[in-house]
Formats: sequence, structure tokens, C-alpha cells
Amino acid sequence: MTVLAIGTRKGLFLARPDSAADSGGGWRVEGPQFMMREVPSIAITDDVLMVGVMSEHWGPTVARSTDGGETWAESDHGAIVFPDDTGAALARVWQLAPDRARPGVVWAGCEPTSLWRSSDGGEHFELVRGLWDHPHRAQWAPGAGGAAVHTILPDPGEDGRVVVAMSTGGVYATSDGGTSWTPTNRGISAYFFPDPYPEFGQCVHKVAADASGMDTLYAQNHHGVYRSDDGGLSWTSIAEGLPSDFGFVMLAHPTMPGTAWVVPLVADRERVPPGGRLRLHRTRDGGRTWAEVGSGLPDGAWTAVLRDAACVVPSADGSGGSLLAVGTRDGCVYVSTDDGETVSLVASHLPDVLCVRASAG
Amino acid sequence: MRRVRVEVVLPGVVAEDADGQRSHVLEVSVGARVRDVLDALGVRHPRVGRRIRDETGSLRRHVNLFVDGEDVRRNGGVDAVVPDGAVLLVLPNVSGG
Repeated sequence: MTVLAIGTRKGLFLARPDSAADSGGGWRVEGPQFMMREVPSIAITDDVLMVGVMSEHWGPTVARSTDGGETWAESDHGAIVFPDDTGAALARVWQLAPDRARPGVVWAGCEPTSLWRSSDGGEHFELVRGLWDHPHRAQWAPGAGGAAVHTILPDPGEDGRVVVAMSTGGVYATSDGGTSWTPTNRGISAYFFPDPYPEFGQCVHKVAADASGMDTLYAQNHHGVYRSDDGGLSWTSIAEGLPSDFGFVMLAHPTMPGTAWVVPLVADRERVPPGGRLRLHRTRDGGRTWAEVGSGLPDGAWTAVLRDAACVVPSADGSGGSLLAVGTRDGCVYVSTDDGETVSLVASHLPDVLCVRASAG
Repeated sequence: MRRVRVEVVLPGVVAEDADGQRSHVLEVSVGARVRDVLDALGVRHPRVGRRIRDETGSLRRHVNLFVDGEDVRRNGGVDAVVPDGAVLLVLPNVSGG
């Protein structure tokens, strides 16, 4: 069954297509669950709905549901717990990423900057020591939202290969399952440093893998939109044709190579849509050209879409289409079933949306 | 070894992780500190332990503990000795938006 899981600053909402005859193709929105707690990360697998939850009072945790969000459980001793010798404490679970090619494996990206791996479907995670002990760690500085691994891309075709991104720090890759990590930022600008092209330290906001595989990656940077054709070893700008190279979202079509989306904002110091026109911008040719899409998105919208408040999954009908969703900081959620060409409103007046994940079924 | 009895009172939202029970009477050694009481509570109800302290043992920033009405942050913190018959009250700070 199709479900949109919407993580907000004050709880989790679940939206499902409304089958009522008079709904006009609308959505039934239920919630909030985890009232007054942030839900910055969500993962949906065939049998588990999983959320990262953060209470300003009672701390972070991971909760799991095996009945579609009716009831929730969490590990008594915590799913993600820093080992004693690190001296660190979990601040927030920024990312939950099921490894689609390896059932039972779930990755987590957390604050402080860390990567975790679970082999039991997300009940317990182990710290990936290779990244935690990386000699660059001392130079990974927090962005405005904190310091965390926010993107995790396990390679479905190559065991042991994983690409992660962190803000700040940039893109790192491993090909040995996480023992060793190499920064892969060549060509990505860090304009806020004296050397604008350092080996690492970039503020990459989101990375997505092309439908063709992990050789082709897209990155939305803190100013800069890039493509890599060599698995992240080097990057070239694909920002030409966009109204701005700033934003947080980077989505790649799940089945159609060359198709990707961004949601431009004006600039670092103006984190609002250009002219107040909230729009998706879509490429069909790997970033060589861009077109504004998203008819149905609002004008006069002085809001933003955060890095995980957008997602795209294959449509349920097997046609090669997609179900795309975006959520805004002013609490609106939109979906598109035509690759972003048009959108319809799912919900409005929610708390600010931090994360949206979809399952089309 | 002689033991003392301490009552820990939880706010309702945390008591949900302790079988719905707000009051918990614990027996600890004479001279036990606040951290020992929280350790004992955490053994009985691990999730409650995680709500009050992080994995380094630090009190969460927006959680307040009062021992017989005194804020432990101003009275020795989690190293403060807990007297026999003390009531340790856990309260959320007034914060957030």
C-alpha cells in the first residue's frame, strides 16, 4: 500500500491515498505520533517502518514498527549507542538507509559525524570505526544544523562499496566495507576556504546516485550542483541553466538514467525560493539542461525544502514512473506521479517538515 | 552492607517506559550517589535510564533532578550523596518552541 511518512519538528504523520468515494483522489493524513519530538530520519522497507526520533528533553532514539505505524518499539538499551571509549553521545539520527541489495542491512548516519551499520534490520547498529577513527575527523566542522553523516549510498552492485556525505567534510567513499575511507571531492568548491578546492571540508548538502548505477552521482552543494561520472572521484558543475546553485535537495530518478531534480533556493544568505516561486528543476540529460517543473507548487512561498524532506521511489504500477514527494518548512507536503511535472497537495499546516519517505505499493 | 531506600519520581511521559509507574523505590548502599541511584533505576528500566542520561553518563541538558527539593546541578551533580529516605524528582526543563 502506498504510504508517505512525514517526519516533522513535532512528530510523525502518515499519509495514505484516501479510498473514500468523495475524496477526489486525496490523502488521509494521520498523526502526529511522537508528539513534540523531532523525526529527522525515516526508512521504509518491505516489513518495517523505522524512524529516528529526537526529544529535546529525553534525547534521541530509533523506533521501529512492523504494523505500518500502528505500534512502535525500541531497543531497551538503544539501537545506536556510542561505545565507551569514544567518549561521545548520540545527538541525533540524521539518516536511516536500508541497503536494498542486502536484506537486513540498514545504515545510519548520525550526529556527531558517524556512520553505523545494522545487520538485524535496524534493531542494533555498530559504529563504523574506519570513519570514526579517520584522521580528518578533527577538521570536520559542523554546518548550521550540526555535524553529521547525512547521505549514505551503499553500492547495490559492489559489496563493500559505500559513498557517504557529511556537512561539513564532503564526500567520502570506501571499497572495503568501511575499514578505510577516501575523500572524493575533486572539483567540488568550498568557496568559504582560502583554498576553494581542498581535498575535503566541502559542505555537500545531498548526494544521489543515478538510475544507471553508482558511477554517476549528483551532488547539491552549499552553492554548487555537480555530477560525477567516475563514482565520485571527480566532479563537474552542472549548475548552468538553474536559477541558483544553492539548495538542499538532490533527487535522482529510481529507474530513468539521466533524470534528477533539485529545489533551488536563492543563496546561502537568502534561503528562500527565487522570487518566492517554490519549484522543482528537472534534468533529463544528466544535468546538461534543466527545466522548471512542479506546476501546482505555490508562488509567494518564502519557505524551503530541507535535504531529506524530498524523496522519489518507483511507481507501483511497474511502468517505470515515479512517486515523488516534497515537504516544506511551512508544513506542506506535495506529491507528483508524473516525474514532477505537476504536483498535488497532500497536507498543509503541519509543523516544519524534516523528512519525507514514500513507499508505493 | 547497610542499605538505604530512595524514591525516584518520574514525569508521566517517562513513566510510560517504566510500566506506567511514576514512583520507584530503590535500595542502594549507604553513601550511594545520585549516579548510583540512576544506575539502579537504569538496570530495572533501561529506557528510562537513557531518557535521563546519555551514554557518557551525563544528565541530559533539559532534564532536571531534585533531591529532596534541591537541584542536584547546584549541589554536587550526579556525584551528590543521597540520604536515606530521599525523594529524587525527575522533571523536564521548561524549554522548547
